[in-house]
Amino acid sequence: MPRYAALIYGNAATETTGTPDEWATIMQEYNDFGDRAVAAGVMAGGEALQPTPTATTVHVTGGAKGGDIVMTDGPFAETKEVLGGFYLLDCADLDEAIHWAAQIPGAWHGRVEVRPVIDFSQNG
Amino acid sequence: MNDDLADVLRMEGGRIRATLIRLTGDITLAEDSVQDAVVVAMERWRVDGLPERPAAWLTTVARNKALDRLRREAGRPVREQAAQMLDSFAADPVTSAGSDALLRDDMLRLMFTCCHPALSPDARLALTLRIVAGLSTTEIARLCLTADATMGQRISRAKRKIAISRIPYRVPQDHELPDRLPSVLSTIVAVFTLGHHSPDGAADRRVDLATEAIRLGRMLAELMPDELECLGALALMIATHARHEARLDVHGDLILLADQDRSRWKHDDIAEASTLVEGCLRRRRVGAYQVQAAIACLHGLARSYAETDWPQIVELYEMLVTLQPTVVVRVNQAVALAENGDLTRARAVIASVDAGTVESWHLYWAVAADLARRAGDTQGEVANLARALQCPANDADRRLLQGRLAQANAAIRRASSAR
Repeated sequence: MPRYAALIYGNAATETTGTPDEWATIMQEYNDFGDRAVAAGVMAGGEALQPTPTATTVHVTGGAKGGDIVMTDGPFAETKEVLGGFYLLDCADLDEAIHWAAQIPGAWHGRVEVRPVIDFSQNG
Repeated sequence: MNDDLADVLRMEGGRIRATLIRLTGDITLAEDSVQDAVVVAMERWRVDGLPERPAAWLTTVARNKALDRLRREAGRPVREQAAQMLDSFAADPVTSAGSDALLRDDMLRLMFTCCHPALSPDARLALTLRIVAGLSTTEIARLCLTADATMGQRISRAKRKIAISRIPYRVPQDHELPDRLPSVLSTIVAVFTLGHHSPDGAADRRVDLATEAIRLGRMLAELMPDELECLGALALMIATHARHEARLDVHGDLILLADQDRSRWKHDDIAEASTLVEGCLRRRRVGAYQVQAAIACLHGLARSYAETDWPQIVELYEMLVTLQPTVVVRVNQAVALAENGDLTRARAVIASVDAGTVESWHLYWAVAADLARRAGDTQGEVANLARALQCPANDADRRLLQGRLAQANAAIRRASSAR
């Protein structure tokens, strides 16, 4: 069964704002999605990420292992929409992955990028 | 004999590739195997003559070639699995009972895969031309006015995305159709347009693409008789194609609608399209293709250009602009308004188009020039024709524009010498 990462992008400006009530509503939406995806056997994992001010971008210089480590404060790209979390979904094909991705609240609060996960156990 | 082979490939190539993709689950392998089978056919058909069922023959040989290729690569787990699957497919897919429905479904599956909304519109069109219609990368690059290498990359990237993301090879279920059908219809109509009015070289170089698009449209419409836009797109293509033989003169120059010999139109086809459109419009779920088809039918049903029902066509364009507010629709709306005698509104519509979006679209400037001419603004006509000639256009269109420019310049010279 292929596995897909559903990367959830949300608005950077509102990432840390919002009233407790608004957060409670959004959490409820995510909980509902999680319950449905678990019940359907699609859910393979996922995490919510701390807001982007906590992010550190790591780059190793020299184009090879062992180079100097350069750290940058903040996410890789400063854009209006930032990666806020992700799910790992086991789906038969892209249509099923899109079917589930479209139910993640991030799909309407922001965007969800769906990407196949590389399966290193398959060499074909 | 090679002509026979070319005919079979043109008519059945898409189905053969579609069947091989179903059997192998691998677009590239399917393409390569069909190519292998064609090489065998070139040798064998010359000696043995045309087989009784050439498409079935090619499918069987291609299937065996695919099997050979898979066995050669055996040892890789995924390939072995595929080889087993293929091996267990004992019955000849073409000769087995119920095969017509199966073959039709293969084509539909292929269409929905090539036109999946997860692929960009450009990629959908390129893949459809390549895999469904069987054009070479070079031919597609020429038709789409792109470099060979760019087109090659576009096609291989799309094939890779289908394989890695696992875009499924199946016909969507009814409830999925609203999301999935539009990208298929727009691709089929884009194929039709390339065939009907190719942007590169002589117009009508690829009439076969127009007929292929109509064939695909019929297949979809048969399967989905309740999808009105599907019927609308089919009617639009039939009604447009019915006029195709009258569109060019003996030199291959474009003849405008007003000047076409209407006795050369295929009136049976126009009648068929009209029946389709009327059936759709009665069901009152109007869509852009149905409206465009209705407009094409009204043109087709007019006995002369002067007898065209412009008031109704203007009304249909008002509707179309709300359904599909594109630049192309607005330019056509302007033409209809002008023909209906409302030159002021026509020029206002043209002027309201954002120039940035039409910079390289010759028809926009040609229409702007025509409206200027009607308004007696010869200088404006010349300026717009010059802009039109800076845009890429096919030879027939280019000659038409040059002819007009010569006329307009002559008019200016006459006016200045009379002074």
